Amino acid sequence: MVRVLLNVPKRVKRDEPFDVKLLISHPMESGQRRDDMGQPIPRDIINSFVCTFDDEEVLRADLFPAIAANPFLSFAVTVQASGTLAMTFVDDHGTVQTETASITVE
Amino acid sequence: MTWRIALAALLVMAAGEPHSGYQDASPETRAMQDDDASNPGFLWVQQGETLWNQRTGGDGRSCADCHGAAPVAMRGVATRYPLFDARLGRPITLTQRIEQCRVERQGASPLSPDSDALLGLTAYVGLQSRGLPLQVATDGPVRLYYEAGKALFDAREGQLNLACAQCHDDLAGQRLAGAIIPQGHPNGYPEYRLEWQGMGSLERRIRNCMVGVRAEPFAADALELVELELYLGARANGLTIETPAVRP
Repeated sequence: MVRVLLNVPKRVKRDEPFDVKLLISHPMESGQRRDDMGQPIPRDIINSFVCTFDDEEVLRADLFPAIAANPFLSFAVTVQASGTLAMTFVDDHGTVQTETASITVE
Repeated sequence: MTWRIALAALLVMAAGEPHSGYQDASPETRAMQDDDASNPGFLWVQQGETLWNQRTGGDGRSCADCHGAAPVAMRGVATRYPLFDARLGRPITLTQRIEQCRVERQGASPLSPDSDALLGLTAYVGLQSRGLPLQVATDGPVRLYYEAGKALFDAREGQLNLACAQCHDDLAGQRLAGAIIPQGHPNGYPEYRLEWQGMGSLERRIRNCMVGVRAEPFAADALELVELELYLGARANGLTIETPAVRP
């Protein structure tokens, strides 16, 4: 489990876009560097990210090595009804982590 | 010609007034700090908040058990550090105070300096003073240590034979290669440095600077570091705390 800061409004208006902001604490090791002994440091990045709203896919992204540590993802979403936003990401170790937030439409 | 003189006067004024490193940072870096949702320092703050409420050590007490809620209890605390500890007979930093509390009152093992846990706790306590002006005391028993810190700041050191003051007092606002030389105020620590891709303490920043002038850095627990931090804190008195700041 890595630390995540997920920022979404709890209450939103129907069909009005709102921002989803996500900070993930992750080294995002590129695989291009070597350690003090000259050995290559294996790549360790978050390689895919999916955001769903009540199981419907909202956004899918592939991530690549040229991203700094502790990546920040931000995107806009619109919804028609209340539900749950789920954000799932996978790193190079195959670790899967999901963060959720419930959204209420006013 | 007159506009050049006016500009030069403006530059001198800009260099003379104490200002936060925030003003020297790029608009992108400032924007990162301004929005708590995009400031990576808050990943550490979040960890610090968890630790604040977590029972630990032989006595099974959390910080919150004695102090209560940090936003109330720790408001303004970070503005006064480093301060004189009468029992120890010397000044200590906020991080050292947290360690002292952990070891003596919670019966916990000390955290390693620059560990995420200790940076997190310090950042969480520091955050409660965000927006308040620094007011580090320099009178009374602490005066001697303040003077010693000033002497360290003004002393040339290392193979490059440079003093802190030469860059951060005399040449602040000018450029070292591509980067603007900041005035070197400690009002945002612990801070997230893009260069480090992580959170770091003021001690780490000072060690970096010392390595930069090819001097041998002070040991982690050296009194000289506290003296230097005390002088830096007092030198920045009046500037508002930005913890956790984001810097290049």
